[in-house]
Amino acid sequence: MIANQPDNLKRPRMARSMTAILGERTIELLIRLCGVSAIVFVFGIFLFVLREGAPLIDKLDWSRVLFSQEWYPTSKGNVRYGVGALIVGTLSVTGLAMLFAVPFGLGAAVFVSEFSTGKVKETLKIIIEMLAAIPSIVWGFIGLTVMNRLIQEYLPAPVGLNLLNGAILLALMSVPIIVSIGEDALKAVPDSYREAAMAMGATRWQTVYRVLFPAARNGLLAAALLGVGRAIGETMAVLMATGHAVNIPRSIFDPIRTLTATIAAELGETAVGSDHYRMLFLIGVLLFSITFVVNLLADLAVRGVRKQ
Amino acid sequence: MSASPFTVTPLVRRNMRRELAARIVLGAMVAAMVLPLLAIIAYLAVKGAPLISLKFLTTNPTHGMREGGIWSALLGTIYLVVIALAVSAPIGVLCAVYLNEYAKDNWLTRIINLAVVNLAGVPSIVHALFGLGAFVLFAGIGRSILAASLTLAIMTLPVIIASTKEALAAVPMSFREACWNVGASRWQTIWSIVLPNSLSGILTGVILQVSRTAGETAPIMFTGAVFFKKIQSGTLFAYSLTDQCMALSMHLYTVTTQVTNAPEPLPYAIALVLLGAVLAVNAASIAVRSCLRSRKKW
Repeated sequence: MIANQPDNLKRPRMARSMTAILGERTIELLIRLCGVSAIVFVFGIFLFVLREGAPLIDKLDWSRVLFSQEWYPTSKGNVRYGVGALIVGTLSVTGLAMLFAVPFGLGAAVFVSEFSTGKVKETLKIIIEMLAAIPSIVWGFIGLTVMNRLIQEYLPAPVGLNLLNGAILLALMSVPIIVSIGEDALKAVPDSYREAAMAMGATRWQTVYRVLFPAARNGLLAAALLGVGRAIGETMAVLMATGHAVNIPRSIFDPIRTLTATIAAELGETAVGSDHYRMLFLIGVLLFSITFVVNLLADLAVRGVRKQ
Repeated sequence: MSASPFTVTPLVRRNMRRELAARIVLGAMVAAMVLPLLAIIAYLAVKGAPLISLKFLTTNPTHGMREGGIWSALLGTIYLVVIALAVSAPIGVLCAVYLNEYAKDNWLTRIINLAVVNLAGVPSIVHALFGLGAFVLFAGIGRSILAASLTLAIMTLPVIIASTKEALAAVPMSFREACWNVGASRWQTIWSIVLPNSLSGILTGVILQVSRTAGETAPIMFTGAVFFKKIQSGTLFAYSLTDQCMALSMHLYTVTTQVTNAPEPLPYAIALVLLGAVLAVNAASIAVRSCLRSRKKW
């Protein structure tokens, strides 16, 4: 009887071979390593960019660097690294872009989420995805050719490559993010809120204005902040469209220059290890820090939504 | 909104007026985004289309980039995209597997999630600085396709993590439980149940990154892309990993800002090819998604 027992019952109960178990251990280790890779990369980016710029930190008079608008990195006798005008340039173009993008983006998010259904909704979402996919270099090209001509023709501007041009491009580039995050925030509001408002006789717009906006406040804030982060970090479009003049703008038709564009335009011409080169890396550290804070704030705002 | 059983009071009338106004204003806001998109595509198509032909795509630029085609730039972009995604897709997917299947809700997981969000927000020019500092100089790879691709890989990583995580989370818990109950280990469950069932979502996310990677300029400017490089035409293996390369996005930048007296339609044609490729890839990913969504079994 016992001799006839199937082979697999005679063997001691060991379900899997050693190699299978080892293989699984290895892959799980690999998964854990990849899991922490994001942390490694964020720190890595900060450290490597700081590492290239660090030797210059002590040599600079930081109060002058941050507030002076004299950016003369290649001057023969008197090199000055004042990034004041560049910071103002970045802030002004971002601010003006957000003046367009936040109302339009949130308005579009409301329209997509609350005022449209079925096919229309799907189509709009696809179009917004397409808008997000247009490369920044193509936006820059549009700014340089189309917008440049339009602004010169129809507005009282001496040059077409200016603050307004860059801001319109940045607005169009950051609107898709604002729409998609804003729509998520509105979708996260439970339907019972909408039903309760409708039952009270509120119109759709009253529901949006009185119920959904307060309920989705944090998510909408996060959407706007992520739009800001996108606009601050944008490089190629502003490089090509804003005129690239170190300048504190007095009107929206003045040309400006941003932190990002400065790095992109000048890094290629600096010698590795020179002061100018290190200064550009320090600007990189500054940019990293600004966007880090903006993203952190956005994340906190989103977390606020989840807690509700 | 027929108000027949009710008396239409001035208040109701006012509310309906406002409702209509809100609808029109919001609709106009959407139109303000949609119309530029269509206008841009149409404008580029009209200006650039006359130049585009198979010959334009498959010959190298000549005469200081004023004549000839865009082959070396097109091929360079393909190299960069393929290598970048070959690196970032596996790491990104495994990271998402960790976050969705292994990680407990503790401080480490929260920090990883925060890092992913912040990595996604790092400006592209800072990625360029990192690529230059870490890959080109520190690791000693030099300005090359490899260095540029690695830079792009890190840039696409957080988005791949996010989209994969979403795809994994969409697999119902009961699938996993059923698999565990027949004695499968955690990894066996992931490999044979979770990954196959979320493959469509993962692929969609990765394909979307193809278009994003192809369009990026800033990260490759200082890590491997050059204004001009002569390559052998007629072969797909004209570049090696340690070569510098041309790229479509960089080529558009060069032709518009550095080359004087380029023929007028040339930059439009390059922009059209770039935009067309990006939108085609996007459309493909949307098609894959809607096709697979309709076939979903749960």
